[in-house]
Amino acid sequence: MKVFKCFMVVLMLLAAGSMAVAGTLDEVRTKGVLTVGVNAGLAGFSMPDDKGVWKGLDVDTAKAIAAAVFGDASKVKYVPLTAVQRLPALQSKEVDVLCRNTTATLTRETVNGLNFAHVNYYDGQGFLISKKKKVNTAKKLKGATVCTLPGTTTEMNAADYFRKNGMPWKPVVIENNAELNKAFFAGRCDVLTSDASQLAAIRSVAPNPEEYIILPEIISKEPLSPAVRHGDDQWYDIVNWTVMALIEAEELGITSANVDEMLKSTDPQVQRFLGVNPGFGKALGLDEKWAYNIIKQVGNYGEIFDRNVGLKTPLKLERGLNALWTKGGLMYAIPFR
Amino acid sequence: MRSFKNNTLSEKTPLWLDPKKRAIFFQFMTFVMVGLLAYYLVSNTLVNLEKQKIASGFGFLNKESSFEIGESLIPYSAASTYGRALLVGALNTIKVSFIGIVITILLGTIIGVARLSTNWLVSRLAAIYIEVMQNIPVLLQLFFWYAIFYETLPSPQEAISPGAGIFMSNRGVAFTIPEGHPAHLYMFLTFLVGCVIVYLIRRWARKRQEKTGQIFPTFRVGTAIIIGLPFITWLGFGTPLEMDVPKLVGFNFEGGLTVSPEFIALLLGLIIYTAAYVAEVVRAGIQSVSKGQREAAMAIGLRPPLVINLVILPQALRVIIPPLTSQMLNLTKNSSLAVAIGYPDFVSTANTTMNQTGQSIEGVALIMAVYLFFSLSTSAFMNWYNKKVALVER
Repeated sequence: MKVFKCFMVVLMLLAAGSMAVAGTLDEVRTKGVLTVGVNAGLAGFSMPDDKGVWKGLDVDTAKAIAAAVFGDASKVKYVPLTAVQRLPALQSKEVDVLCRNTTATLTRETVNGLNFAHVNYYDGQGFLISKKKKVNTAKKLKGATVCTLPGTTTEMNAADYFRKNGMPWKPVVIENNAELNKAFFAGRCDVLTSDASQLAAIRSVAPNPEEYIILPEIISKEPLSPAVRHGDDQWYDIVNWTVMALIEAEELGITSANVDEMLKSTDPQVQRFLGVNPGFGKALGLDEKWAYNIIKQVGNYGEIFDRNVGLKTPLKLERGLNALWTKGGLMYAIPFR
Repeated sequence: MRSFKNNTLSEKTPLWLDPKKRAIFFQFMTFVMVGLLAYYLVSNTLVNLEKQKIASGFGFLNKESSFEIGESLIPYSAASTYGRALLVGALNTIKVSFIGIVITILLGTIIGVARLSTNWLVSRLAAIYIEVMQNIPVLLQLFFWYAIFYETLPSPQEAISPGAGIFMSNRGVAFTIPEGHPAHLYMFLTFLVGCVIVYLIRRWARKRQEKTGQIFPTFRVGTAIIIGLPFITWLGFGTPLEMDVPKLVGFNFEGGLTVSPEFIALLLGLIIYTAAYVAEVVRAGIQSVSKGQREAAMAIGLRPPLVINLVILPQALRVIIPPLTSQMLNLTKNSSLAVAIGYPDFVSTANTTMNQTGQSIEGVALIMAVYLFFSLSTSAFMNWYNKKVALVER
């Protein structure tokens, strides 16, 4: 019995020991690298190029966080995750932050124990269809077979939409992006449903992109945001304000090209933002040059958007909702004050 | 001398020197340690979940699923619960595994016997089949069959009709089936009654043969009863002949019975892969019966079908059944690769459920429990059958 008790005590200590958690910021600094969960292959958001270098809007967001923490945007380790794997990977600390076109929802913020930072892409779910089907509105999709990825809000939105409009339908749910696209292009499904940005990405890799159109109906709101675990407010602040900094820099007209000149600016807002007038860095637990490093090494939100998904890229996406609030969009940074 | 010494001294041997009691003690300690480890893992997980405010428990099973499933054996809609969604998935797994196992055993037996054929070409072809199919990963085979389906077959508008009432397109194969009629239920019931009657006749015929040596034509009479009873019922209901023909409405076929490409691809992949292994098992089983047995049976004048039925098979089955069971389990477990080609099996519906509710631990626990249940019940049944077959040994 005594042995038993001793054993229990040891085990309880073990349990207690593994429960004590250091802050994520300290852990990341000790590791010397930021571990980020990304999409395994979504053109424009996160996809390795032909040289194996990760590129995309989500990838640049991750680089911005690394620039804020280390002053070096290259200290990022990318962990490709499927839609199904992503939340458990973050919950179980396999990754420090999730930049994987993930929709912020109530369930994910509460039941799943996550916190979503500021939105880095406002999206909405749509339908991609071949012109040959001669359908110009989603209202005519009665009886259609619909291709979709599993483990996404997409599945639920589609079910809600067809239910609301009283249309029967058939889902085909395939886990692998590439397999899903192949099945769709070969005509296994009448339509493919996903976030509109993804539809543009998928269309850009189609054998004949002109043959497909995106239907006008957007059936859901999909605010895509970086996510962190519950319970570490400092780390949440860092990720959240990194995204804010990207937007604020665009508002202030600071780009990767002119950031060095801007250091000499007499505008007090710019001086505070770039750490010429110190304070924000210390408040976040970071170097005072954090925002400078982000903009210098990664660029502001506008630059990131244009480089990865904008009109000059194969995705050809308009700024739309993702324009600054001063230009009719939703991108609005909380004051740096 | 030594054992004598041990016996006399055993009364006085201290506890720690008695090997038997020591063994019990160590086993008990191991048991306690494993138990504590399990307790530690479970409680630590619960504490961590609690700390991160992640909900736990199985309450989510009663919530509305709000996702749609492509094919289902029971009525299901997005308004049903998660529990029902998982049940739909489990039934889909059972459907593909059951049909797959039956066809695999048939195909595997044919190929296994062909492998032993004295015809050079037949045995070579069987050997090539076995070698090739065993060595291509089953996942690749699934992708192959699935791609064949959607790449080669036309859209539903241009569907091919190989026979009256059958339509093949990249949406699956649509069959014409008899329209629903109350007669069908009674036909099914009389079919069951027929099966029971035939079973009883077989028992009676066997006893009679053992007593008198007279052989009763069980097979012919049995077939007549099993087909005849439902047929008479059908005539009694006034020969209902209405057919439910699939019609192209909008995007897809409606009516009739449609078998999806995902199901066919999964079934084909599993059957063709596993049949190669079953063929080897059957070949080994038949070869394990020594040549003398067959020669002796022929020498006493048994005809070839009887040689196989009465002499070879009862002995071969004893060798075949245990590895065959493991192939059946393999097929069931491999059916979880369905996720890759979009067949809504248990893993697929559980994945969606986990993602929507965020209850990964419960979901994974359910997946493990369900597959464990499938495996254990399959092996329980096969062990029972194996014992029954083993009793033939005299």
